[in-house]
Amino acid sequence: MARAVVTLPAQAKRGEIIEIKTLAAHPMETGFRRTQLGELIPRDIIRRFTCTYNGTEVYRVDLHPAMSANPLIAFTTVATESGALSFQWVGDNGYTVTEIASIRVE
Amino acid sequence: MITRREFLVLTAASVAVPAAVKAQVDPNLVANRKAAFQDALRRIVSDAQVRRGRVKLQLPPLIDNGNSVPLSVAVESPMTDADHVKAIHVLTEKNPLPDVVSVRLSPRAGRASLATRVRLADTQTVTAIAQMSDGSFWSDSAEVVVTLSACLEEGLI
Repeated sequence: MARAVVTLPAQAKRGEIIEIKTLAAHPMETGFRRTQLGELIPRDIIRRFTCTYNGTEVYRVDLHPAMSANPLIAFTTVATESGALSFQWVGDNGYTVTEIASIRVE
Repeated sequence: MITRREFLVLTAASVAVPAAVKAQVDPNLVANRKAAFQDALRRIVSDAQVRRGRVKLQLPPLIDNGNSVPLSVAVESPMTDADHVKAIHVLTEKNPLPDVVSVRLSPRAGRASLATRVRLADTQTVTAIAQMSDGSFWSDSAEVVVTLSACLEEGLI
């Protein structure tokens, strides 16, 4: 199962604003819930999402426990040049997922 | 056959139980969360003035399930090097923690926007604050009614 899904157009015109949708598979345990025995379930969330376009950071999100499970992040960026977009999710307990997508800009 | 005396005792007991449960909830909960919200706001804007406008926060007004609430923020800005949105923050008044999400942007984002899904603990006001490159802050807030709180569902472990 994919741990993260990224949707973006495969090609775009130079200067066009493209929409990117990302979805990471993660329970986003808040740290406020309890088990039926009353024990607190420890927090386990994604702390940060970063999108870099050919090495330049274009969008960064700090996530808190109030984000839903399997966090969806949809945003836009300007298609400046052909190349690779890298998406990285970093979280508690050493959670790191990186997805790379390429785009062709005419 | 139940006597009048027994009936009165039983009725008194059933009325007394909810009151006892209520007493366990921290009486300062509302005040504490309001203070936490003010602290979070202060941390973001320090002592700058927050003006209404330019920011558009969209949330459904009536929410069946607080565990997954679609939320979108869009800020009016040309997104040029001289004038762009630097950050967007979303805060809540009554969640256990006021912060929901913070976004850092640059002109490379093209449009200052965010669409995501959040958890809401209670019927409350959600606030979105945008920080512009000139240092000004703009905000929008939305009142939502939550019928099923995000924090009631217990883990089944």
